[in-house]
Amino acid sequence: MVAITVSIVSFMMIRLSGDPAVALAGENATSQEIELIREQYGFDRPILIQYLDWAARAIQGDFGESPYFNQPVTQIIGDRIGVTMKLGVMALLFAVVFSIPVGVLASIRPNTWIDRTALGISVMGQAMPSFWFGLIMIIVLGVWLRLLPISGTDSLANFVMPTIALGYYGIPAFMRLTRSGMLEVLSSDHIRTARAKGLRWGRVLFKHALRNAIIPVVALAAVQLGFLLGGSIVIESVFALHGIGYLAWESIGRSDLPVVQAIVLLLSMIFVGLTLVSDIINAFLDPRIRVK
Amino acid sequence: MSTPVVSIQALDAGLGETVIFPSPGKIIRMRMRRHKGFIVGSIAVLLTFLIAILAPIVAPHDPYEQNLENRLKPAIWQEKGTWNHPLGTDNLGRDYLSRLVYGCRISLIIGFSIMMIALVLGTIMGMLAGYYGGKVDMVVSFLITVRLALPAVLVALAVVALIGGSMTVVIVVLGFLIWARIAVVMRASTQRIRSNDYVAAAQAAGCSTLRILLTEILPNLADNLVVVATLEIGRAILLEAALSFLGMGVMPPTPSWGLMISEGKEFMFFYPHLIAIPGIALFVLVLGMNLLGDGIRDVTTPEGRS
Repeated sequence: MVAITVSIVSFMMIRLSGDPAVALAGENATSQEIELIREQYGFDRPILIQYLDWAARAIQGDFGESPYFNQPVTQIIGDRIGVTMKLGVMALLFAVVFSIPVGVLASIRPNTWIDRTALGISVMGQAMPSFWFGLIMIIVLGVWLRLLPISGTDSLANFVMPTIALGYYGIPAFMRLTRSGMLEVLSSDHIRTARAKGLRWGRVLFKHALRNAIIPVVALAAVQLGFLLGGSIVIESVFALHGIGYLAWESIGRSDLPVVQAIVLLLSMIFVGLTLVSDIINAFLDPRIRVK
Repeated sequence: MSTPVVSIQALDAGLGETVIFPSPGKIIRMRMRRHKGFIVGSIAVLLTFLIAILAPIVAPHDPYEQNLENRLKPAIWQEKGTWNHPLGTDNLGRDYLSRLVYGCRISLIIGFSIMMIALVLGTIMGMLAGYYGGKVDMVVSFLITVRLALPAVLVALAVVALIGGSMTVVIVVLGFLIWARIAVVMRASTQRIRSNDYVAAAQAAGCSTLRILLTEILPNLADNLVVVATLEIGRAILLEAALSFLGMGVMPPTPSWGLMISEGKEFMFFYPHLIAIPGIALFVLVLGMNLLGDGIRDVTTPEGRS
């Protein structure tokens, strides 16, 4: 249901915001040329028919052909999606690996300098434009210190900066959730019992407390991956990574609508899917939700 | 601007803890003075406001005036920098400080306008969903899910590119894309307020639904609204910057900070300050907005801190 509406909304928005035939024909096209393109791509039909036609084929995995590449859209996207997925997953891992330990530390020593620093990082992270952070990293790490390559996708080293630039965006949410979850769990009865019966503090912390506190974090991770994939368009264009975000940006620039529509739909579907996964994970890990 | 909004809430919170003295307004003012984030945030935001309003006085030059003989002049701390152009000039010889100062205006105007559209949409939808529940709630929740599933940056880029970039287009498109979070917050708050006795009393007295929504519920949403609105402005400013950076937002020669970073990108290896400076400006403004929003929330509802 959500999937269908998303597809309608994205289709309509992109179609109604301009005449695709004019956009496709370029600035110097004559009116006959525009008419020809309009007929060729079926832009002269009612928009509802156009949508149904597009949707019916999209379900079968056929998104038409890109007028720019003269290749099926599915194939073009298939070639590029690996890079975006790799970037998204790595950014997510980076965010999780960074924020859980910091969140735990902050929750053990609330209102100390550790907690304050953690809070500071998360507040600053939310205010920093990701593309700017990426550019600054390119200048400092790539050009001044010459530690990392500044663009391309050849090796894992190419992904380090994009991963950080994209992943830090997810850090505040994870860190806050870990911290507040841990604070809540640590003050509960079973932790007091565990400590009272003389268990080692580390064991209590990781086995008893973190296990409970981490459930919402895991669920958030699925949703965050969706956001990170959506945000990769900016990062990919900064680092010239040839993923679908960069492809979308280029395609928008050259009015390659079939590609743009397919990518919007694909990212939305991934997001819907991940939200579902997140609900399932939640129910799987937390019996209380299943009861509700 | 916060005093009338704040005092209602303070009355609730304040009565329990302080029996006789400080007045609710005084408690709020005390909390404000103690809240570091609130102070830093307000200073940053106020400063930006002042610079934006006084832009013609603060800026040493015309931000649009090109001078090709003066291209890429160094900033004051670099060799051969002059006080005539404290931050140097850009690739078209325009004074960088002046562009930065006028950029304040653009960021604030865009941030506020986007927020207003999103706020109106989000509040109406959130209030209706929260108040009526049932089918209305289902429809609104569905719309929220759909909107969250759409990749905002990508859709905004595509639509702006097709319609043609301008400030108005960017404002309208982003305004229609970021209402979802506001709607979520307003829906939850309305649900909470709806069950209060005074709403039931108003219903029993025969008030119309519109009147209940406007005079009983909306005023109680106000402090929540201020908080969400402040945080959303920050997000809107960052989104505009990203769009302009990608070349599908505000069009040149407008001095938008995002656009300045994009224009400076070409020369960033030789003149890194061209991208560093507008980025820092964005960072300070958005950080200020976020600190202010968090601060208002903490000051008005100290028990609801997460």
